[in-house]
Amino acid sequence: MIVNYDKCLHCGGCAGSCPKNAIFLNDYILVFNDDCNRCGRCVRLCPVQALALEARA
Amino acid sequence: MKTYECDVVVVGAGPGGSMAAKFCAEGGLDTILIEKKAEIGAPLRCAEGVSKKWLEEVGIALDPLWIRADMIGAVIKSPDGTQFKLDESKAGTEVGYVLERHLFDKALARDAVAAGSKLMMRTSCTGVIREGGRVVGIKVKSMGEEAEIRAKAIVAADGYESQVGRWAGIDTTVKLNDLNSCIQYRMVNCDADMEYCEFIIGRSIAPGGYLWIFPKGNGVANVGIGVMGPLCKGGEPKEYLDRFLAIDPRFKDSQAVEVAAGFVSTCPGLDCAVDDNIILVGDAARIIDPLTGGGICHACRTGMYAGKVLVEAAAKGDFSKASLMPYEKMWRDRMEDKLYRNWMAKERLAELDDETINELVRLISTSDIEEVNVYNLLKTVKEKFPKVVEGFEHLI
Repeated sequence: MIVNYDKCLHCGGCAGSCPKNAIFLNDYILVFNDDCNRCGRCVRLCPVQALALEARA
Repeated sequence: MKTYECDVVVVGAGPGGSMAAKFCAEGGLDTILIEKKAEIGAPLRCAEGVSKKWLEEVGIALDPLWIRADMIGAVIKSPDGTQFKLDESKAGTEVGYVLERHLFDKALARDAVAAGSKLMMRTSCTGVIREGGRVVGIKVKSMGEEAEIRAKAIVAADGYESQVGRWAGIDTTVKLNDLNSCIQYRMVNCDADMEYCEFIIGRSIAPGGYLWIFPKGNGVANVGIGVMGPLCKGGEPKEYLDRFLAIDPRFKDSQAVEVAAGFVSTCPGLDCAVDDNIILVGDAARIIDPLTGGGICHACRTGMYAGKVLVEAAAKGDFSKASLMPYEKMWRDRMEDKLYRNWMAKERLAELDDETINELVRLISTSDIEEVNVYNLLKTVKEKFPKVVEGFEHLI
């Protein structure tokens, strides 16, 4: 996942909406763990478009 | 690694967590309340509007310190500008105060501390500790140091993120339909009516949610928007809000001094908010009014119930799920019907197009409702638009 911290408001909405509980808001940064299956829910829901899926390697 | 021992550890010092900690500590339990952030009640993730009546129910004494504005009514507006204005005589229980959450939350935390609770700031829960199949505490990072807090029971008051419950095995995931993505600006130098809360509904304004203007006096207002999950594409809530502010003449000379984001769940609560050694309260338990997104009173009530039930459980020396189940009964008895009714109403409202919403607001504004609350509004809708309330008529 790509987080644009210039946009992110640290609201934790993505963490609370993640079906895999793979996102942790550590006060100032978002941590994505290996459970992330790139479903894109957080990207779609972010109120300020701070999240993007990175291209697959 | 440092280890703390206590009877109850409460994760999150919002209203639900502080109330739970207060009632646990008052009941003689050794209580630790932890807060992830560097300041309680900030940054803001809330529109700050509350109704008036519940404060007494949960034992919170009014304090002008955290009441920013006293509302005399509310306005419900549809996309074509049709509005329904409720003055105080008709507004009943749905209108109330606009708070200063950063002061309100700190006041409740102070009450928890005064009752004897220990408070650890900048302490985030990073997981639960399991032993012999039971949850026996939590792992934390406190001021940068890893530590363990061992407890007989955990109160998960970690808000919308609701991760503690999930670590403990309770699925708190909400369906896309049952969440709203929100953003809010605190606008200054605006021309909004400082005595009325305003709710604007309709797909073209706020798809599946609503736009709010909650005044805070002196030309200041919280102006925000919630957009329903399935109708939300990345960044849209902000776009909708910016569009509204650019058009509405009341905000022509206004600027934002604060930007806040946050999500609300709009389901009628978890199927079960307790398990062995753990209780979920407030937003973490998804106990929020699904129609208004208001959750402060629900958090305070459930926090209070959790505290009371944990004190009783401690007297029995039994923190099993069976022993904590009275909590489940308490919140359901008090709130379940209304949560379910408003959840159904939310689902239906989200399906309506702008024209129907215009008609609906026109209808309500011309009908003679004595005391206006969600119940009476739905009753009027039931008479004229029975399709809207199909499936939950029995709750109206």
